[in-house]
Amino acid sequence: MADQEEEQDNTGDQNHKPQDLPQVLVLKPPPVLSFLTAHAGSIQAILCSGAAPVTDDLLQLLPSVRLVVTASAGTNHIDLEACHRRGISVTNAGNVFSDDGADAAVGLLIDVLRKITASDRYVRQGLWVSEGDYPLGSKLRGKRVGIVGLGGIGLEIAKRLEALGCNVLYTSRKKKTFLSYPFYSDVCQLAAHSDALIICCALTDQTRHMIDKDVFSALGKEGVIVNVGRGAIVDEKEMVRCLVHGEIAGAGLDVFENEPDVPKELFELDNAVLSPHRAVFTPESFMALCELVVGNLEAFFSNKPLLSPVMDL
Amino acid sequence: MIPGTKNNMERNNINPHDLTMASDANQECFPSNDDLPTVLLHRLPSFNSPLKEILQPHFHLLDPADSPEPASSFLSSHAKSVRALICLYNTPLGAETLGLLPSLEFIVATSAGVEHIDLEECRGRGIIMTNASKAFAEDAADYAVALLIDVCRRISTADRYVRAGLWQVNRDYPLGFKLGRKRVGIVGLGRIGFEVGKRLEAFGCSIAYNSRQKKPSVPFSYHANVVDLAEDNDALILCCPLTEQTHHIINREVLEALGKEGVIINVGRGALIDEKLLVKFLSRGDIAGAGLDVFENEPDVPREVFELDNVVLSPHRAIFTPESLEALNELVFTNLKAFFSNKPLQSVFKIEGKDYPVM
Repeated sequence: MADQEEEQDNTGDQNHKPQDLPQVLVLKPPPVLSFLTAHAGSIQAILCSGAAPVTDDLLQLLPSVRLVVTASAGTNHIDLEACHRRGISVTNAGNVFSDDGADAAVGLLIDVLRKITASDRYVRQGLWVSEGDYPLGSKLRGKRVGIVGLGGIGLEIAKRLEALGCNVLYTSRKKKTFLSYPFYSDVCQLAAHSDALIICCALTDQTRHMIDKDVFSALGKEGVIVNVGRGAIVDEKEMVRCLVHGEIAGAGLDVFENEPDVPKELFELDNAVLSPHRAVFTPESFMALCELVVGNLEAFFSNKPLLSPVMDL
Repeated sequence: MIPGTKNNMERNNINPHDLTMASDANQECFPSNDDLPTVLLHRLPSFNSPLKEILQPHFHLLDPADSPEPASSFLSSHAKSVRALICLYNTPLGAETLGLLPSLEFIVATSAGVEHIDLEECRGRGIIMTNASKAFAEDAADYAVALLIDVCRRISTADRYVRAGLWQVNRDYPLGFKLGRKRVGIVGLGRIGFEVGKRLEAFGCSIAYNSRQKKPSVPFSYHANVVDLAEDNDALILCCPLTEQTHHIINREVLEALGKEGVIINVGRGALIDEKLLVKFLSRGDIAGAGLDVFENEPDVPREVFELDNVVLSPHRAIFTPESLEALNELVFTNLKAFFSNKPLQSVFKIEGKDYPVM
């Protein structure tokens, strides 16, 4: 059901009447056509989450829309080409989740390498008493960690990895000339030179199932993968197969191809850490997100520069 | 964890012959036993270590545990002129044994904690001690950081939730809390504590500490006592040794000062915390969470914590990786060589009240 919400004047000025305020469509699962046509003339902006698609068809029905604000970092649910063509600006969650996302990604990496969740499970099952010590994990210093996608989260991850003594490598759409980390244009090459991969890129047509059989093979038996991007960036079936057969050493996963369904085989594995697409979120970052969303809307309607525009299409 | 016991060496694929050693030392031709400095290996019979094989070409190793003779008579007959001793893991080293070693000047502890050694006796005799902190510090710090992230962001709890099939049922899971801008108080700013502080700074935390002495060269803010540290910080990370002074240093006053939003991480010794009290605080939500690598009565863990979702439990392994164990063997070798050549030592453990040269 689509809701229409009048934008609140956040400066606290109580004198604006509802009809004076700009109209923003809050987009949840598909709105009813009659609702859209009734308000088509007056809706100037769309506010959506990562789950609500903004398609060319929708935009066709709303000719007055000039801005799409998504409350997510990802923009794969938005037809960016259509927005560009129609002269519609798009803003996303910017760097609101970058710090927390990086903390979670690195937390998952250390967890997998040092077997923290696995040994917590071991203790809770009473096995420390009956079986003795739990197998050791592996040192972080000196590990080559390949970051897939060096955006906001990726850069924060790199910073933390350096403090842990890891060697940072990366692949990204474009090489970042201001950074000295080794760049690989091909993710397979990155995997071949890495002890661990951290996936923190956007899901696009190019990145769908980018982490495939070849990449896992290049990563190797001692290799570890952490995914805080999107489930579909990884060929999940293949990853599960590799984990089950010991063709890679472990995985820390915050996202899955078909959430909330998680491949049952992973439940049998001690070398997988599973997270219900929450790891990157904190109450604090959600508050920051709200402020950013409102900030973008206010900037737009006062003809000021947008706070977190999505630059490339 | 006792790394050297057979089970654990096999389980962790440690083969003494694979361990690298200072390669120039191995290039020297081996002098006869008479020329080699004598080192006493002090261990419980069940403790083993690749150290023996590693050190034997370079030192004349005495190993009473390997002799049919009772330890005290072995020492009386063979160890009167021994100047250096290796204390393997937490083999107790008391005044009685020390009394049989009148020439002892140097103890190499192979653990980070040294509460199993009679420190008072060592201090009285001016015995120098090195421990394993230098070899273990980074791995311990990585682990402490991971425990903090885990507790704050509920990583292990969420994993349990997913494995129980609850994500499909409930869809949502409570969020964890932001780590960045958290104020972290480190109890004990030795090597491990310092490495923890360095790492957490990169995560956006602000670092404070309490230690026996203020460290002027360190950029973290000093608190004179643990209660103040708890009052002013969101999380406490325990990295100090267990001594008479630090036994149950985390008591009711500290836990209350830490408060309902507070988190505590322990990679030191279980007995630093009044464990019974901690469990009560955790059960009642009087502190927010804990990450515990050590317990008062290992491997026994209080049953009540198994019901709790705000605790991460670890079977005393923060410092151990195959790499740190190898680093430990290198450290022991290097320190023994240095001692016998009158060169500076690494990872010196400052016994309270004395100052020793630190590398």
